Amino acid sequence: MVYGVILFPSIYFALRAEKKSKEKGLSVRLIPVPRHLSSDCGVCLRIPWEEREVIRSLLKEEKVKMEGIHLLE
Amino acid sequence: MIYFDNAATSWPKPPEVKEAMVRFMDEIGANPGRSGHLLSIEAARIIYEAREALSTLFNVKDPSRIVFTLNATESINLALKGMLRPGDHIVTSSMEHNSVMRPLRHLEKKGIALSVVPCFQDGTLDPKELEKQVQPATKMIILNHASNVTGTLLPIREVGRIARERHLLFLVDAAQTAGAYPIDVEKDGVDLLAFTGHKSLYGPQGTGGLVIGENVNIQDLTPLKHGGTGSRSEFEEQPDFLPDRFESGTPNAVGIAGLLAGARFVLKQGVESIRRHESQLIEKLIEGFKDIPQITLYGPEETKDRIATLSFNIQNLSPSEVASLLEEEFGILCRPGLHCAPSAHKTIGTFPKGTVRFSLSTFTSDGEVKQSIEAVRHLLHQKD
Repeated sequence: MVYGVILFPSIYFALRAEKKSKEKGLSVRLIPVPRHLSSDCGVCLRIPWEEREVIRSLLKEEKVKMEGIHLLE
Repeated sequence: MIYFDNAATSWPKPPEVKEAMVRFMDEIGANPGRSGHLLSIEAARIIYEAREALSTLFNVKDPSRIVFTLNATESINLALKGMLRPGDHIVTSSMEHNSVMRPLRHLEKKGIALSVVPCFQDGTLDPKELEKQVQPATKMIILNHASNVTGTLLPIREVGRIARERHLLFLVDAAQTAGAYPIDVEKDGVDLLAFTGHKSLYGPQGTGGLVIGENVNIQDLTPLKHGGTGSRSEFEEQPDFLPDRFESGTPNAVGIAGLLAGARFVLKQGVESIRRHESQLIEKLIEGFKDIPQITLYGPEETKDRIATLSFNIQNLSPSEVASLLEEEFGILCRPGLHCAPSAHKTIGTFPKGTVRFSLSTFTSDGEVKQSIEAVRHLLHQKD
């Protein structure tokens, strides 16, 4: 499976993103931020890469601030 | 022992509050959102869940608009000092607690004009009288939702409507009502809601928060504190987003774990059902006291106009004499005096003597109310 990660400005948004995605049955997980990507709260959300647009619009609707979606190499 | 000082802080708490705090200390313990490891995430999750539970309770659509503070006083200070600038005018009532009056008197010296609308002797407020005080420079209205002295409910929904019509911010001090009386920030038209965790939300002391409504531009609200938030660590400027902008420094995470359990307890019981129980009890207490001629009762007679806090005085006895006799002879713990609200006492005509205050909670029983009425009767009998 190809994964991506979403970065957030703070842990509040990371936790909200995790909860709202799981409520929709999406298989996401909070993981430590990969070294080559920077972030502040230390965690990011790992998502199935193919679900990125679904998740992006869901999180926008749930007022989750994001700092970018990256392909996880 | 009968504990009738719930308006100061509720006791006992639901057992799950202590259990949640012990679990936090035993199994989580880390600094929320600072490190990214498992325990740090778990700690942050507790705080997230608390924000969500409180959002449900107050009908806040976006939980990031709830920021945690130490208590209602800190929330009120944040809202007032953060929002008002010299030249602004603010309207309040004569029934306010010093948590509102003292910051306002301080701001008055800094060039903020203040109008205090007189309330009636039972503590009630006529919204039309309040509206008369609105001026072109008025920026905000601040009211308590219910008086900590008389239990009188103020008409926040009517005032909320006035605030909307006049494009004013409406700040409500819900220290006495959050968890005990329904609050819907949208229907009530509340822009800023200051609440405490340790009263009718049954959390521990040192927890509270401020709801910052969608009408409030957060860039206009200056934080009380600046500092580390675990976010935007590469910048030396305060984050400009919620909730981090107003939550600098390590929070009282163990306290918030307890507050979460308290808020969930309230949601499970239902605010309406808590309200019904407390209303029935306060009605019985008022009925019991009404028959005793030496007692003067304060606040509205009708339970629909009040919460379960009752102030009274007994002829020829000072409030502190009554309180110490009740404690020594009957094991009833209550509060005598001015209850940090001199302006409210001037309104109801009990300044500087004060009153004896009985304040109930969801854990108060019918038997305790009956015993307390009997105790007061005995006390009067002895004094005759």
